[in-house]
Amino acid sequence: MNARLVAALRLSWDSDVAYSFRHSPYAIVAAIVFVLFVGSAVFAPWVAPHNPFDLSQLDLSNSLKPPMWLPGGDPSFPLGTDDQGRDILSTILFGARISLAVGIASVLFSMVLGVALGLIAGYVGGSIDAFIMRVADVQLSFPAILIALLVDGLARALLPRSHESLAFYVLVLSIGVSGWVQYARTVRGTTLVEKNKEYVQAARLFGIHPLAIMARHVLPNVLGPVLVIATIHIATAIITEATLSFLGVGVPPTQPSLGTLIRIGNDFLFSGEWWVTLFPGIALVVMVLAINLLGDWLRDALNPRLRT
Amino acid sequence: MKVLAETSAEPARSEARPAAKMPLLQVSHATKVFDVSPPWLTRVLGRAPRALLHAVEDVSFCIRRGETLGLVGESGCGKSTVARLIVGLYRLTSGSITYDGVDIATLASGRGDRTLRRKLQMIFQDPYASLNPRWRVADIVAEPIRAQRLARGRHAVAARIGELLTQVGLAPADGQKYPHQFSGGQRQRISIARALASEAEFLVCDEPTSALDVSVQAQVLNLMRELQQRLGLTYLFISHNLAVVHHVADRVGVMYLGRIVELADKRTLFAHPRHPYTRMLLDAIPDIAMSGKARTPVAGEVPNPLSPPSGCAFHPRCPFANDRCRTEIPALRADAQAEDALVACHAVEEDRIPQK
Repeated sequence: MNARLVAALRLSWDSDVAYSFRHSPYAIVAAIVFVLFVGSAVFAPWVAPHNPFDLSQLDLSNSLKPPMWLPGGDPSFPLGTDDQGRDILSTILFGARISLAVGIASVLFSMVLGVALGLIAGYVGGSIDAFIMRVADVQLSFPAILIALLVDGLARALLPRSHESLAFYVLVLSIGVSGWVQYARTVRGTTLVEKNKEYVQAARLFGIHPLAIMARHVLPNVLGPVLVIATIHIATAIITEATLSFLGVGVPPTQPSLGTLIRIGNDFLFSGEWWVTLFPGIALVVMVLAINLLGDWLRDALNPRLRT
Repeated sequence: MKVLAETSAEPARSEARPAAKMPLLQVSHATKVFDVSPPWLTRVLGRAPRALLHAVEDVSFCIRRGETLGLVGESGCGKSTVARLIVGLYRLTSGSITYDGVDIATLASGRGDRTLRRKLQMIFQDPYASLNPRWRVADIVAEPIRAQRLARGRHAVAARIGELLTQVGLAPADGQKYPHQFSGGQRQRISIARALASEAEFLVCDEPTSALDVSVQAQVLNLMRELQQRLGLTYLFISHNLAVVHHVADRVGVMYLGRIVELADKRTLFAHPRHPYTRMLLDAIPDIAMSGKARTPVAGEVPNPLSPPSGCAFHPRCPFANDRCRTEIPALRADAQAEDALVACHAVEEDRIPQK
């Protein structure tokens, strides 16, 4: 078993994608940054110097302290504090946790929805295809943020009481629904090509169920492009989440994401406490940039035409 | 040596089959119309008419058990559509196709008719597109076995795969390789093994050798004949290559623009072609004996099937066409001189064609 594992590792180390990764410095840097973010987000309760959500730890006398290297700074709050005395570094770590969770969950949701609809549209064709793709066209004519706002507003109107507790899922749903079109289009295109390949027709002759054909013959061919879109989409989803939270319709302030932090800090920007908004902003930019760079690299690595 | 074996086996084959008279596959008045109209919006705004492509028109033939019917014709004459209609990849617009007495064209390509459907399999033209490049050969061949539960248990499936690969001249160990590790001819062997895996009795071969090197074509063709004799297979063999058809077929049908224009025993057809189109095709074959006979290249082009010529579709290219040919579609009827030859030509019927 162990030998098999070693062999599998060896094989993946030698694969084209791994080779391209080893020879792409910016992909390595982006991956390290991304892993750092994910790691510190996942382990935030252990890594963060304070727990910003534990009210008993908060002390209003610590409020609005500047970063430690400025006069008046406190070494126990390296990036300063906000108006309630919360440590900015800790809120960033906890905020990144929520931002990443929303981003990844909503991308998974869009991906499943988009891939399924794209497969159906491409494989079944006819009026079902026309219907799905027209819905996609119509949706594409609205900005994603508008659709997310619409879904979010609907959820608030329908579930006025439990909104606080469901905010995370509503956010995932609203961002997820606004992003499926890209997956559906890509998958549909590939499906149209694959459907007419002779091995798919042969599989039809063997009496294999269409769903099984889609899963076994068509799906593996669409996974590459879908993976690329998904990586870049995580960055977009995080931005969308930050925008929604900035507009005040995202996660509640008791569980602030990076977007919420930026919005809160925005109020202090003109009174001189720039660190409250700047550091969450930098964190967001660096995280999104790292994900985008990874996505770019993946797109090149998986594109057989760019292989040399 | 193979050729010798085949010629000696041939008469034995036809005698050994008492029920040979009963057709295994009967295609009657099969018609397939494709709607190739522009999208609805374009039609409404641009006042473009509906466009219907009659890919196959009123085609009838039968194939007896153990026989090979060759189907020849230029590109776009509907040969492949006939193939796809028979195996059920396309639905008939009208007409009927019966296999072993059961109408298979009206059966849905779904579940109920699986056992019957799996007896009709297809060998595709492109050996590079007909095998999933991501799968190992063993999995490719096992696909129909697993789908139809023809063998149970891992060992039984593996044994069957090994047997099938051996049968087509590959080694059981080849199952662990991927399709790209094989040549075109070997891939076509894998396709054949896969078709046989579903215990097929009837193989529709859609130009199975036209994508192969000439040196490999004969190997694949001989393998197919060998399997036919050993397993009692029936073939519909589609090709644009008359030499290949001459090699494998017992009877030959010639298609032109969606219709069968001549259907006859192989020897009759090659020795005494009746339809002007068949003559034209045969005249274009290079003469290996170098008798000095001038080759007549095939003249003209296939007309646009969206707006076929009136009457006999061949009349614009036919040297014997007259007014009747331009207005009346000729029916496929038995020739006066030979009962086993069916011809659709007014000129042949009226005996207007000068003998050579």
